Amino acid sequence: MKLRDNDFSAAPTVLEIRDLVVGIAGRAGLPPVLKGVSFDIRRGETVCLVGESGSGKSVTSLSTMGLLPKDALAVISGQIRLNGQDLLALSPGQMKQRRAKDLAMIFQEPMTALNPVMKVGAQITEVLDLHTSLGAAEKRARVIDIMKQVHLPDVERIFESYPHQLSGGQRQRIMIAMALILEPSLLIADEPTTALDVTTQKQILSLIAELQARHGTAVLFITHDMGVVAEIADRVCVMRHGEILETGTIRQVLEQPRHDYAQALLSAVPSLVPRVSRPDAVAAPVLVAKGLGKTYRSGSLLGRKSEVRASYDVGFDLKPGRTLGIVGESGSGKTTVARSIMRLIEPTEGQILLDGDDIAHLSSSQMKPRRRKLQVVFQDPYRSLNPRWTIAQSLTEGPLNYGVPYAEAIAEAKRLLGVISLPEDALRRYPHQFSGGQRQRIAIARAVMLRPDVLVADEAVSALDVSVQAQVLDLLDELQRQTGIAIVFITHDLRVAAQICDDVLVMQRGAVVEQGPAGRVLHDPQHEYTRALIAAAPGRFWDFAARKPLVA
Amino acid sequence: MFIYLLKRVLSVLPVLFLVSVFVFLMLRLTPGDPAAIIAGDNATPETLAAIRDAMGLNEPLLTQYASWITGILGGDFGNSLISGVPVLDLVAQRVGPSISLALMTIIIAIFVAIPMGVIAAWRHRSWIDYLVMSFSVLGFSVPVFLVGYVLLLIFSVQLGWLPPQGFKPIADGLGPFLERAILPALTLASIYIALIARMTRAAMLDVLNEDYIRTARAKGVGEQRLLFVHALKNAAVPIVTIVGAGFALLISGVVVTETIFNIPGIGRLTVDAVLARDYPVIQALILLTATLYVLINLAIDMSYSLFDPRIRY
Repeated sequence: MKLRDNDFSAAPTVLEIRDLVVGIAGRAGLPPVLKGVSFDIRRGETVCLVGESGSGKSVTSLSTMGLLPKDALAVISGQIRLNGQDLLALSPGQMKQRRAKDLAMIFQEPMTALNPVMKVGAQITEVLDLHTSLGAAEKRARVIDIMKQVHLPDVERIFESYPHQLSGGQRQRIMIAMALILEPSLLIADEPTTALDVTTQKQILSLIAELQARHGTAVLFITHDMGVVAEIADRVCVMRHGEILETGTIRQVLEQPRHDYAQALLSAVPSLVPRVSRPDAVAAPVLVAKGLGKTYRSGSLLGRKSEVRASYDVGFDLKPGRTLGIVGESGSGKTTVARSIMRLIEPTEGQILLDGDDIAHLSSSQMKPRRRKLQVVFQDPYRSLNPRWTIAQSLTEGPLNYGVPYAEAIAEAKRLLGVISLPEDALRRYPHQFSGGQRQRIAIARAVMLRPDVLVADEAVSALDVSVQAQVLDLLDELQRQTGIAIVFITHDLRVAAQICDDVLVMQRGAVVEQGPAGRVLHDPQHEYTRALIAAAPGRFWDFAARKPLVA
Repeated sequence: MFIYLLKRVLSVLPVLFLVSVFVFLMLRLTPGDPAAIIAGDNATPETLAAIRDAMGLNEPLLTQYASWITGILGGDFGNSLISGVPVLDLVAQRVGPSISLALMTIIIAIFVAIPMGVIAAWRHRSWIDYLVMSFSVLGFSVPVFLVGYVLLLIFSVQLGWLPPQGFKPIADGLGPFLERAILPALTLASIYIALIARMTRAAMLDVLNEDYIRTARAKGVGEQRLLFVHALKNAAVPIVTIVGAGFALLISGVVVTETIFNIPGIGRLTVDAVLARDYPVIQALILLTATLYVLINLAIDMSYSLFDPRIRY
């Protein structure tokens, strides 16, 4: 795999965006959300809009589709020309005719982007109902054909299926089929693989590239993931705060980024090369799992019985000051393991030794004194802090529950705010007054308030932008060096795992397929699945921080 | 599916048993004596005792209950203490007007309220939304009898378009039926329109924010199809729930309307029976209403899977 290197100077321009300014509807005084964005896409070309949350990349794509939320945002000035015609000059009725026919869009969440109460075949057919006058048999043939083109298996069955009966990858294929059935000249893909597992992501990316090559579609691809950019882009526009800071071919941007922000963005991409391993601690392990498993059983006297083995036969030891990574895709059982260790659920088999005591089957009152030793940080910082509580309340609740005097707890809270680089007056504020990265740092402070021995981080950086991700990873590292806390780090992202873990445990369908030191597992994987996972990591051939190809 | 249905139907039995015990005890433990009402004000204690004896009111409670329940199991709900007519016959005469009134009410409510709610949600925070919401507050807060009398005053007294009172079954022709049923149905519907329109609006507002609505727009789907094909079916579950609950409440809540418009329905029968302490009639009516309630709820639950394929029993 290498960077794309095609010349499009002879190809006709499909999309031309000129000085596009989008502002908040009905508020002339406020600064615009897009401040004069311009770029072109030619036939067969893929242009990536890259940027962190709030950069305006989705606003650009929704403006092009004419789908800006009506009461919230409005185009103030500029032009969006598709095949030479200005889309902003069209009436809503004319624009409706164009959608799906000349320009189509696929979205981030295949789980919610399809109508749950309509069969997927009917949803694709609807595009033909709206824009063509074909007969029923002809329509069905066209739909079956496009479903085959997106490599869906068992097409006749899937045609009659509802979205919830399909996997995430299959649903995204349906979305792509729906978008491309009328062979539009422009396809807008807004983070189409962000919600998918890496192996599925790889398939979807190559599917988009394949169909693009076949139909000569111009693709506007929006992503925050530099790895994905390296895989698919011909040209890149780096966006921040509603402006394009830098634009160029993929090679120019990855090798010689000119703007400081583009450089910072690239340097923040965690490397797939594992960090230098730390010497193994001599201390006794603080947390040991032996043959740990959880099977969910359901069924009643009259109903059918069913069993799901969410995880089984998981074993590891974790010493103070070390980080264990549990890596796997959705449904691999990694979160079940984390929840078992935390005793948020009761495992059905095996042992969990915390400081030598088996906690696998303790009652909740027996667990209570031990809970302070086990703390957790969750994925979504927008939902893990109580929105009605001040930061001081969130931080001190744990210690107060364990009888720490208020003065002592608040003093510790102030000290930790310093560690997470927030001002002291943050204590009186509420979660909505902080950004996602700040909230996640607060969530980490909340977890370490109790001075736990083990911190479980369940996809703790997955929802964050790369630059923020780097800060949070640094914070965890810093805390670990200061306090000698042991960390169980659950992630689907191999790059993150490579940067923070000492040991790695790779899970698939509830079982551990490979475990060992991070350097060995990621550099010299033994199991086929680990190899597949590494092979699927987007942009694995490129070292972003060093601005050159990675030589393995 | 079939097993689930069977379980649900069987689970109705304990509910009905509890209702029957409760009703039976309530009536006998509250003050009031049917014998005294039959005997009149000047009856001697001896006559009173004789009447009580003849009505079986002196038996122990358990025996009375047992004979009532065995009767029901054999399809006999007893005779009215006042008129001596079998209770089932009494109810059968009255059930037609009430059911037809309730059905007509709910049909009017659905056809008016759902488009109202859909349009209010579509034009969220516009004048039409505020208009629908204001009407809805009005529908909730104005008492049924006031609506009834105002409608009577306008359409029957002032304009003279419609007969003011009474009831004709559909069997006598659609015209005479509608002529007499339209005002009571509108009266009753006012509150249900308010309720259903509000619920429709809330459910639609949620659905219109969903990603698949944006997908549909990206396909070039027009607004009408977007609202009534893509969105409404997704919003159906809460709407159906409220329609079902409304229908069940209607059956028992028609008393005032039946009185205003002089319709010989279940509502009036209930009031008369309660005033006369006619135990067998009251008991039968409450038991029937409870059964109907449970069955309507079951029907609503089963209907969910028609609207949402993710719901399976």
